[in-house]
Amino acid sequence: MNVPDDLHYAPTHEWLRLDGSSGTVGITDHAQAELTDVVYVELPKVGAEANAGQQICVVESVKAASDIYAPVSGTVVAVNDALTANPALLNTDPFGEGWIFKIKVEAGEDIEHLKTPAQYREQLGAADPGGEV
Amino acid sequence: MSADTALKQTPLHAEHIRLGAKMVDFGGWSMPVQYTGIIDEHHAVRGNLGVFDISHMGQFFAEGEGAAAWLNRLLTNNVDRLAVGECQYTFLLNEDGGVIDDLILYRIADARYLLVVNASKIDEDFAWMDAHREAGVSLENQSVRYAGFAVQGPKSAQLFDAFFSGQYSRPARNEILAVEIDGLTYFIARTGYTGEDGFEVFCPAERAVKSWTDILRKGAEFSIKPCGLGARDTLRLEMCYPLNGSDLAADTTPLEAGLGIFVDLQKPEFIGRAKLTEQKRSGVKRRLVPFRMTGPCPPPRSHYAIFKGDQKIAETSSGSLSPTLKTGIGMAYIPTEFARINEQIEIEIRGKRFPAIIEKKPLHRSAPSVN
Repeated sequence: MNVPDDLHYAPTHEWLRLDGSSGTVGITDHAQAELTDVVYVELPKVGAEANAGQQICVVESVKAASDIYAPVSGTVVAVNDALTANPALLNTDPFGEGWIFKIKVEAGEDIEHLKTPAQYREQLGAADPGGEV
Repeated sequence: MSADTALKQTPLHAEHIRLGAKMVDFGGWSMPVQYTGIIDEHHAVRGNLGVFDISHMGQFFAEGEGAAAWLNRLLTNNVDRLAVGECQYTFLLNEDGGVIDDLILYRIADARYLLVVNASKIDEDFAWMDAHREAGVSLENQSVRYAGFAVQGPKSAQLFDAFFSGQYSRPARNEILAVEIDGLTYFIARTGYTGEDGFEVFCPAERAVKSWTDILRKGAEFSIKPCGLGARDTLRLEMCYPLNGSDLAADTTPLEAGLGIFVDLQKPEFIGRAKLTEQKRSGVKRRLVPFRMTGPCPPPRSHYAIFKGDQKIAETSSGSLSPTLKTGIGMAYIPTEFARINEQIEIEIRGKRFPAIIEKKPLHRSAPSVN
């Protein structure tokens, strides 16, 4: 599984790319593989506010709907409209073209609760293959 | 997770893992939901060829001079219409006319029948049938002794010919052939659950791995793909074939499901007949109909509320994205007054309503198959 070194990870399999006080959010390679064919993305609304860990949008595969959680507290400032026409971008390029939204991180928010790439790799390694779906 | 160990496994379990399948709990069985992807596998079956492990399904054998008459009293379709080597889709009903199971009955010899039943209903079906057993009829549950594969797709006939090199002629639609291979009996039926041409093969469990690998090897020239339950579900839903437990239940009847052609009310007696006769006379109050979403929306799934105006009129019994139609589809028991083709309805998905239209069965029609 691809776990890029320059990102922060939520235990719920979202990634965060921080650039100053704004961040880009998507789901990890592991998450897209578990979800399988993504057929619908219900994007958050620009301007929506969320606390870290709060459900913010929904991604649907053929088989199931899965909640996506905000990895940090903040305000949604942009969404990836390309996913509406082409939700499969989440499968083909989860860390690039498949980004879901950009968030302006709340002042004073830290990212201590997020995992480093090494910690996230450890989480994936500990997962029982065939367990979580 | 550790619960995995409690799940039943088919004889092909190790093959599925080796092929990289994603395994899920399906009614107590560890089954492949997909190998490469549901959409891929769906298109493989519509376009070329796919093979499914259906070893979880149950096989009962009923035998005896009185077997036909006895089965006729338990099942809705008319057993007397079956010649040796033919099969029929039929229902096992409770006294209220509700569905215990839907199954295929094959007449494999003069007084010997094979029943292929749903995996999750093996115990319930057998207990029910055994409790109603009559003298002179034997009933055996041989589910664990048989493995099964469904080879489905427009190239199925070509694979059959390549496989047997003219040694056997293909069974026609709804026919079954028994062949001896190394002294063991294999049943090969021209049946399926996808709407494509295809064969369902039942063989002794100890031959499962060899047969499965042979099918994949011989099928390679026809671009065969191993397919999981995910594609099996989207394929059957496009055809509006019901799934027991979702579209059929102990409190729904075959008449409400629009499957009355598999019920012979002319038969003098069968369990559920009185109720169905009454329902036929008074008319059903709801009917299982397919619908298609008419705009962009999340895929519908089972148990979503259905609205007509401000009135909630039903819940979806099945729903999915249709890989062929590229839109959301589903089925639901709709009150008869609204259960009409082209009726506009709305499906509520996470608090928002999306327009849908009631359509004719099936939602997809494949090209006719060769014989």
